[in-house]
Amino acid sequence: MTTTAVPATTRKDWASDQEVRWCPGCGDYSILAAVQMLLPELGVRRENTVFLSGIGCAARFPYYMSTYGMHSIHGRAPAIATGLATTRPDLDVWIVTGDGDALSIGGNHLIHALRRNVRMTILMFNNQIYGLTKGQYSPTSELAKVTKSTPFGSLDTPFNPVSLALGAEASFVARTHDMDRQHMQEMFRRAHEHDGAAFVEVYQNCNVFNDGAFEKITGREARSAMLVPLVHGEPIRFGKDSEKGVVQRPDGRLEIVDVADVGEDAILVHDEEREDPGLAFALSRLSRGPYEPTPIGVFRAVRRPEYGASMAEQLADAQERRGVGDLKALLRSGATWTVG
Amino acid sequence: MTTTEEHRTEEHPREQRKISRVVVRFAGDSGDGMQLTGDRFTASSALFGNDLSTFPDFPAEIRAPSGTLAGVSAFQVQIADRDVTTPGDVPNVLVAMNPAALKANVGVLEKGATLVVNADAFDERSLAKAGYDANPLSDGSLAAFTVYEVPMTSITQQVCKDAGVKPRDAERSKNFFALGLVSWLYTRPVEPTIDWIEKRFADKPLVREANSRAFRAGYHFGETAELFEASYEVGPAQFPPGEYTQISGNQALAWGLIAASKLSGLPLFLGSYPITPASDILHELSRRKEFGVRTFQAEDEIAGIGSAIGAAFGGALGVTTTSGPGVDLKSEAIGLAINLELPLVVVDVQRGGPSTGLPTKAEQADLLHAMYGRHGEAPVPIVAAKTPSHCFDAAIEAVRIAVKYRTPVLLLSDGYLANGAEPWRLPDVDLLEPIDPAFATAPNHVDAEGTSVFWPYLRDPETLARPWAPPGIPGLEHRIGGLEKADGSGNVSYDPANHERMVRLRAAKIAGIARDIPPVEVDDEAGDAELLVLGWGSTYGAIVAAVRRARARGHRVAHAHLVHLHPFPENLGEVLARYRRVLVPEMNLGQLSRLVRAEYLVDARSLSKVQGVPFRAREIEAAIEAELGGPA
Ligand SMILES: Cc1ncc(C[n+]2csc(CCOP(=O)(O)OP(=O)(O)O)c2C)c(N)n1
Ligand code: SF4
Ligand SMILES: [Mg+2]
Repeated sequence: MTTTAVPATTRKDWASDQEVRWCPGCGDYSILAAVQMLLPELGVRRENTVFLSGIGCAARFPYYMSTYGMHSIHGRAPAIATGLATTRPDLDVWIVTGDGDALSIGGNHLIHALRRNVRMTILMFNNQIYGLTKGQYSPTSELAKVTKSTPFGSLDTPFNPVSLALGAEASFVARTHDMDRQHMQEMFRRAHEHDGAAFVEVYQNCNVFNDGAFEKITGREARSAMLVPLVHGEPIRFGKDSEKGVVQRPDGRLEIVDVADVGEDAILVHDEEREDPGLAFALSRLSRGPYEPTPIGVFRAVRRPEYGASMAEQLADAQERRGVGDLKALLRSGATWTVG
Repeated sequence: MTTTEEHRTEEHPREQRKISRVVVRFAGDSGDGMQLTGDRFTASSALFGNDLSTFPDFPAEIRAPSGTLAGVSAFQVQIADRDVTTPGDVPNVLVAMNPAALKANVGVLEKGATLVVNADAFDERSLAKAGYDANPLSDGSLAAFTVYEVPMTSITQQVCKDAGVKPRDAERSKNFFALGLVSWLYTRPVEPTIDWIEKRFADKPLVREANSRAFRAGYHFGETAELFEASYEVGPAQFPPGEYTQISGNQALAWGLIAASKLSGLPLFLGSYPITPASDILHELSRRKEFGVRTFQAEDEIAGIGSAIGAAFGGALGVTTTSGPGVDLKSEAIGLAINLELPLVVVDVQRGGPSTGLPTKAEQADLLHAMYGRHGEAPVPIVAAKTPSHCFDAAIEAVRIAVKYRTPVLLLSDGYLANGAEPWRLPDVDLLEPIDPAFATAPNHVDAEGTSVFWPYLRDPETLARPWAPPGIPGLEHRIGGLEKADGSGNVSYDPANHERMVRLRAAKIAGIARDIPPVEVDDEAGDAELLVLGWGSTYGAIVAAVRRARARGHRVAHAHLVHLHPFPENLGEVLARYRRVLVPEMNLGQLSRLVRAEYLVDARSLSKVQGVPFRAREIEAAIEAELGGPA
């Protein structure tokens, strides 16, 4: 690792020479731009930055970055990242994944990476569809979705990715959307700062196979009434004039109310650092889908030992107690005898 | 040793016969501690200086119903005053702790064999559980054997009583009684076992006391009971001078990986999911953190190999270990590593298949899977260990090839090697060849505009290996992935001609490793053999023994054993052409023989055994004789 000052960069420095091949109008473009414009602000080095991905439209992302990168196999990026992040704590490891990649074929790896709290920043582009394979329903598609593979409507209840991540013991969980660069950048910055596994769900429009999936909440006109910004330490309020708010009922249920009806003091104050994930979980379920007022922002950000650091500590401990491993001694660690 | 000699003359008034080898099989219930008993007998024999070879043979269930045939666990060991290569075809002595153990093993005994049984266990209920209608100890069915009926349980309980051990707990020490008795019978030194008991049960004084009393009682029983007419001595073997230890295959493999990490300066990362019989490699490496070894118990085998690939991308020595169904799960990721062209070692400790198959039994049926078990043209080098201690060298060789050629390497062991043990002359680690990771340090290409750039797929003209450039070096940033790469630049390419070029380059890279591995050695002293026995993997010991015996009967037989199965050594074709007949014994339906036939158009005959148990030397000897037309 070099100790010299990090060279100043611009967005261009973070873009590779490869032609971006997403469909024109795809939400992935604005996420790519948000990341490329954010990185110069993070004070990080290109050579110490790695983008890893699985397979899917979203997963093409690493090819467009001028950093180190790997476009791996479907769903496995968190597993690959675990090996990389634990052996190379000096690197910034980003994962770009899709809803199918992360929650279907790679669901197992995602939940275990989250619970272990391995340092990696996971950006999950949720377009509620399989884009690359041309439009089958995904594990986040709404019930009864009609697609090529479900001409009579899908039968399975979708995952709520934020609920899932919280249930998997994630220490950092956030949600943002592809129509708001500033909010995306704020979430990505926070996720990157987090020491552990950070999970960010990004609502992303697939204008070819699932156009307008989030239109009802992320459309310019709709946003103020339909997006519920979560801000640490602030009452949870939304609406054009912040006239709406979230309250917690005595039985624990969360409910959207008119602030005027209950009074400002009754509004729930967001605490992303709460040890108990219960309230964050309740917030993640405030809306049943992207057609009702939906919270965005950081749901949870708590400190927990980072896996790679704990692993390194065990190695350092062992070396301190037993000295650095000596091969000759190892071969003689059982009973030995000498001939001749 | 002089003190023991004196000790012996005093305390062994009875005749002591010298024999040159003996095969002992300890058999009992899974809960009877037979593996431990066998292991201790082996350890004291190793320290005594015998050559030996072991075969732990246990059921997949941790505790099958007690007293049943399914629950019988056995441990066979051959000890000798000369070089032995197998745990022995047939036991000379069977120690049977209950009727089921007797029933499961008596079938293989030959006339004149010695049987030591725990007489206390032959009650009506136990006999019925084992499926005996009549008591074999009294119905004359064991007339061909010398049978010693010893009330092991009751004597053990008796001697433990004074120590304050409850009869039920004392009963559990009866395996140490058996160990003591057999130790007397074969004049094993007592001290190593007593020392071991003291250390192992240091924090459980009652158990320590019970085991130690039971062991001594067994030993004294042999001495004093007028049951045995003699004891036997198997003298020390002539070993080349050096320092020795007793080692199992899994342990040797783990140590080989640590050695390779030292030799290359690459930190070792193991990503693994527990599975029999590979787990002990994970266990062993997890204990060795002072070597900077990171072990990661992944959520499944896919994550095991995935994490190892991630570690390799970061410049570590990435290794994954597995067996059976775990190998299947890794196929997709092996394909990725082939395309990424990153060093990686995939260890397959083969067990009986398909599916869950025979988890605790050995088989060699993954060879063609290792060779072809991926979609697309996806060649990988294959290295196979041939004895427990050879797992150490094979692991280093696998790492050497992986690092030098930037490729996943499949390292094959099997359940028999994994758990089997033998004496190992410790290598001089200072003489082991270093492994050079040769990381890329600077741009390697000048583009059309005259700028220096890094091309991740620009190959070394000799090895065809691509540069390995872990993140962290400015100017070498690059993206790799599973999509086809353009030759040189490594950018994604769908160009048809480029794809064929890359397929051929990857194949040529692996094929070229043949120039970098030792020629196959042939054991054919007179050079006039008519038949070549070609083997690979754990059949080594049985083939060596069989070939020796066949030669002793006048047959002209040669033996060659492959460590490199892909690519084959350069001289293999020429070697095969020298012999009129080629016999390939394998624990599968003929996988190597198929490869050899396809590659060299030779009539390699397959000798198959797929029973989950290793070949007996006599089975191979019989096949040799059948090929050569009966006794010479
Ligand atoms: C093992 C395997 N199975 C199936 C596929 C085919 N496949 C590629 S991408 C994909 C789904 C991608 O969906 P998502 O992760 O949501 O990404 P998106 O394209 O929507 O960005 C599938 C099924 C594959 N590449 N590998
Ligand atoms: S298919 Fe959908 S997600 Fe994929 S690139 Fe096109 S618009 Fe984007
Ligand atoms: Mg998708």
